[in-house]
Amino acid sequence: MSASRAISVSVNGVRRDAEVPVRLTLADFLRQQLELTGTHLGCEHGVCGACTVLLDGRSVRSCLMLAVQANGRAITTVEGLAPADGGLHPLQEAFREHHGLQCGFCTPGMLTTLVEFLRDNPEPTAEQVRVAISGNLCRCTGYQGIVEAALGAAKRLRA
Amino acid sequence: MKPPRFDYHDPQTVPEVIALLGKLENARLLAGGQSLMPMLNMRLAAPDHIVDLNRVAELAYIREQGDALLIGAMTRQRDVEFDERVRARSPLMHEAVLQVGHRQTRNRGTIGGSLCHLDPSAELVAIAAAMDAIVTVQGPSGARDIPFAQFPAGLMTSALREGELVTSVRFPLWRKGHGYAFIEFSRRHGDFAIVSAAALLEEDGAGKITRASLTLGGIAPAPVRARDAEKTLAGARASAELFREAGEACRKLEAMEDVHVTAAYRRQLAAVLSRRALEKAHERVARN
Repeated sequence: MSASRAISVSVNGVRRDAEVPVRLTLADFLRQQLELTGTHLGCEHGVCGACTVLLDGRSVRSCLMLAVQANGRAITTVEGLAPADGGLHPLQEAFREHHGLQCGFCTPGMLTTLVEFLRDNPEPTAEQVRVAISGNLCRCTGYQGIVEAALGAAKRLRA
Repeated sequence: MKPPRFDYHDPQTVPEVIALLGKLENARLLAGGQSLMPMLNMRLAAPDHIVDLNRVAELAYIREQGDALLIGAMTRQRDVEFDERVRARSPLMHEAVLQVGHRQTRNRGTIGGSLCHLDPSAELVAIAAAMDAIVTVQGPSGARDIPFAQFPAGLMTSALREGELVTSVRFPLWRKGHGYAFIEFSRRHGDFAIVSAAALLEEDGAGKITRASLTLGGIAPAPVRARDAEKTLAGARASAELFREAGEACRKLEAMEDVHVTAAYRRQLAAVLSRRALEKAHERVARN
């Protein structure tokens, strides 16, 4: 049983083949090997939500998964949200418009979490948005701007 | 690198898992990883081998089996949350699973992982106690069933023997139209519950309680069935006074104290939450 393994993962639509230590977390794989540093690491034990990515479309904490577990799966990180031809994802536009960020540390996790949430709940209430982001800690905004951005994005995505 | 060194195994069938557990020393099973991964990242756990169950497809399913729901150990909490059969036949479980962590953790966390981790405040552990679940385990000498009341062996320790894994959990269902409620007190939504209460009630047409289950989570190392309160309830006529009396019986339960709250605070929560859960369950009993 070797200490590393070959994996093949689709990241933001691009196939990536890599040799990874078996104890490497998915978060460290994305940040260090693929240099996708948009995925942030806050607590590294599943409390802060900053490292949230989409695994086959479902939000997961990438610090609580091993990179080897992503073998054969599709990952979307914050870098994969904006359209390839430039511009921003409607949720990112809404965050800018509603001051949904200040320092920006929690933003990648907020965005990936809300992408899944708005896909499943296109017409959420403010209360439902608050529950949806209950696993993401922000220390700047008091969440108000984030909730408004999510509601604004929902409206825009429905249009 | 955060986690300590370990060898990694990803078997695809239950017999392969059992064979690995039989030959490896100091191995840990990795289910959804929402508790073990933090323990590895903080190096509170240092197994020599990780046996990952995530590729064992045969362990992920939800089935109706007569008057029970059979749930595979590797079924994600998210899949329990969105399953229509769970919602229709065990609304208590549906209500409880919505309070397990957050969407991101429910997308990975599993029912078997939660039961084996046995956090004192875990919602699904309380539900297993409330519904008298049967845990099926498999090991080198075959399969055996463990009634949930005998499953916790101590603080965060299950009755699993060396070389065994949980393969499924059977939840006997209550009669259609029964009343149910799961209420927890936590500082924020998704936080660990300080105390939780799960109530199930069946009543006859005249408002007499014919069957009652009342469980408190978070007050002791494992969930506690409030047997005295259940005796008070069974056969009695539902009323505010009866539910208050049942709640008061829960105030007499042994309660833990920790850095968050005192034992007396937990007993107060046990009394109040159980009364509220019973009232809510009673309101939800279907009346024709």
